[in-house]
Amino acid sequence: MTAPQDSRRAEYWKRNLKLVATLLTIWFVVSYLFGIILVTPLNAISLGGYKLGFWFAQQGSMYVFVVLIFVYAGKMNSLDKEFDVHED
Amino acid sequence: MELKTLTFIVVGATFALYIGIAIWSRAKSTGDFYVAGKGIHPVANGMATAADWMSAASFISMAGLIAFLGYGGSVFLMGWTGGYVLLAMLLAPYLRKFGKFTVPEFVGDRYYSQTARIVAVVCLIVASVTYVIGQMRGIGVAFSRFMEVDFATGLFTGMGIVFIYAVLGGMKGITYTQIAQYCVLITAYTIPAIFISLNLTGNPIPQLALGSTMGDDTFLLDKLDMIVTDLGFREYSTASNGNMLNMFLYTFSLMIGTAGLPHVIIRFFTVPKVKDARYSAGWALVFIAILYTTAPAVGAMARLNLINTIQTGPVGSPDGNIQISEMPAWMERWSTTGLLSWEDKNGDGRIQYYDEKGLGDKAAEYGWAGNEMTKVDRDIMVLANPEIANLPNWVIALVAAGGIAAALSTAAGLLLAIASAISHDLLKGVFRPDIDEKQELLASRIAMAFAIGVAAYFGLNPPGFAAQVVALAFGLAASSIFPVLMMGIFDKRANSTGAIAGMLSGLGVTLLYIFWFKGWFFVPGTNMAPNNADNWLLGISPEAFGAVGAMVNFGVAYFVSRATAPPPEHIQHLVEDIRVPRGAGTATDH
Repeated sequence: MTAPQDSRRAEYWKRNLKLVATLLTIWFVVSYLFGIILVTPLNAISLGGYKLGFWFAQQGSMYVFVVLIFVYAGKMNSLDKEFDVHED
Repeated sequence: MELKTLTFIVVGATFALYIGIAIWSRAKSTGDFYVAGKGIHPVANGMATAADWMSAASFISMAGLIAFLGYGGSVFLMGWTGGYVLLAMLLAPYLRKFGKFTVPEFVGDRYYSQTARIVAVVCLIVASVTYVIGQMRGIGVAFSRFMEVDFATGLFTGMGIVFIYAVLGGMKGITYTQIAQYCVLITAYTIPAIFISLNLTGNPIPQLALGSTMGDDTFLLDKLDMIVTDLGFREYSTASNGNMLNMFLYTFSLMIGTAGLPHVIIRFFTVPKVKDARYSAGWALVFIAILYTTAPAVGAMARLNLINTIQTGPVGSPDGNIQISEMPAWMERWSTTGLLSWEDKNGDGRIQYYDEKGLGDKAAEYGWAGNEMTKVDRDIMVLANPEIANLPNWVIALVAAGGIAAALSTAAGLLLAIASAISHDLLKGVFRPDIDEKQELLASRIAMAFAIGVAAYFGLNPPGFAAQVVALAFGLAASSIFPVLMMGIFDKRANSTGAIAGMLSGLGVTLLYIFWFKGWFFVPGTNMAPNNADNWLLGISPEAFGAVGAMVNFGVAYFVSRATAPPPEHIQHLVEDIRVPRGAGTATDH
């Protein structure tokens, strides 16, 4: 393995970690922050017949989780191509 | 048609389908048997993963848990779905790239240590066997409640079906059967939910109906909050599950436990590429979320329906409660199963259902002499749902088939994880590395048959701790398996000494904490302190402690690895290699 390739690999890994850190921050915010820690203040706001904190805990967090995984998959696949480490 | 006949026809038809799939998808190689030849489409694998993951507990018990816990039930909803985000971003693509057959195999290779592999096998077997016992009970319950056959006959029938497709087809047979089982269980779950939503709110979509108004223009959740608090229960939309720290750690334990469960992880070994593993996790969560976002609606509406059935008029008025002679037929029917029972304590010929502590002195003013619904099992919320909503018999038959599908699909996935750990990790990996593929395939079939036998035995003779097993399985996976896998990918410096020390200490503190409050090996009376919030460390329940165990595991593995020699050069290359997708095709060659 040549040196420039090594630094490309390191850059790829760094970008990957940055993406995961961003997405996991959102993951934390919608579930732990909105659904548990800030649930009481958020419950003062209503979303239709839902209290907002309750909605995040029993509905919203799950919708966001699904979106996060697809965003991750899409972004990683283009990152693979950019760094030429994709399959086939 | 009579309900029982109809149930036999519907359940029989699903069984015929599963057996047909078994014959069509026989395994021809160990690759077929362990990982379905790595040829499963990511959407199909997502569906199979959803069925693999959603067990009898998700299908039968979860909505009922939420119905009685209210907001506190959120820990299960977020915990059992949020784990897929971790799985998708931290484990699945890398383990797929690694390209082997089992989870302990990764641990053994990455940490260049047979000891680490064997520790992982032990964690896997304990977690999976405890989990499978719950499924056995689910199968027996579904059969005996709906089809009125005895528990043992139900269990043997279910195990017989699993035997046919799991032994013949291995992962390949299990995958295609799980896809069929997902379709059965999701239909069975959503149809009653749609009807009940329509009934109560006029909106057919349960996720929206839960936030909608009822006939009298009050929001459903506000109405529910009002009627439960009138009866002394805790307010539905705010009742929490222990203190905030406990809810936080409980959710976290379930998330990392989910991501660390071997039978779920191995599903991602079956897709062709790393790219597919990423998308497949997303699809799995889509299919899971359809049920998991419906469950809170089912729970809240079932609670409302149950209370409205009993509390027919204003709370406290002499004729505000249902007369025993006018109870609906479903209550009578389910009382014979022992899931529901009542006793007219004040002798007024009516039934009162309330929380004695919460209502306090008011009960006496009303002339009530105690809560008269002496047993309301949480499982009844899903099982009796179609009858409570007056749905036709075929819907009830479908719920029976759905419950059985949920239990069978999870049992099969767990059994495969156990069988492959025995035949691939222990036999081929440690004791008899010289056996050829044909012999290993035979060994894996025998291991599968053996695992089914053990599961059936425990199903018939459940150990005293049957009710505690879910906590144990998640605690084990969270505190031992998840950290060791994640460190193996993200920390190049992690070595075998660190990994083994981490797994044992994480597992140790988790087990110690669980046993401390629940009795040593769950033997009643041997607990060191009463199992209640006053005695727990910072109010953390034993179920929530897996997260603490995982932190201990991470910490120990990190520092021990740095205090000892770094892993050999070729292991560092291995880690470099699994971090990029290219070359996954060649990595599958054994």
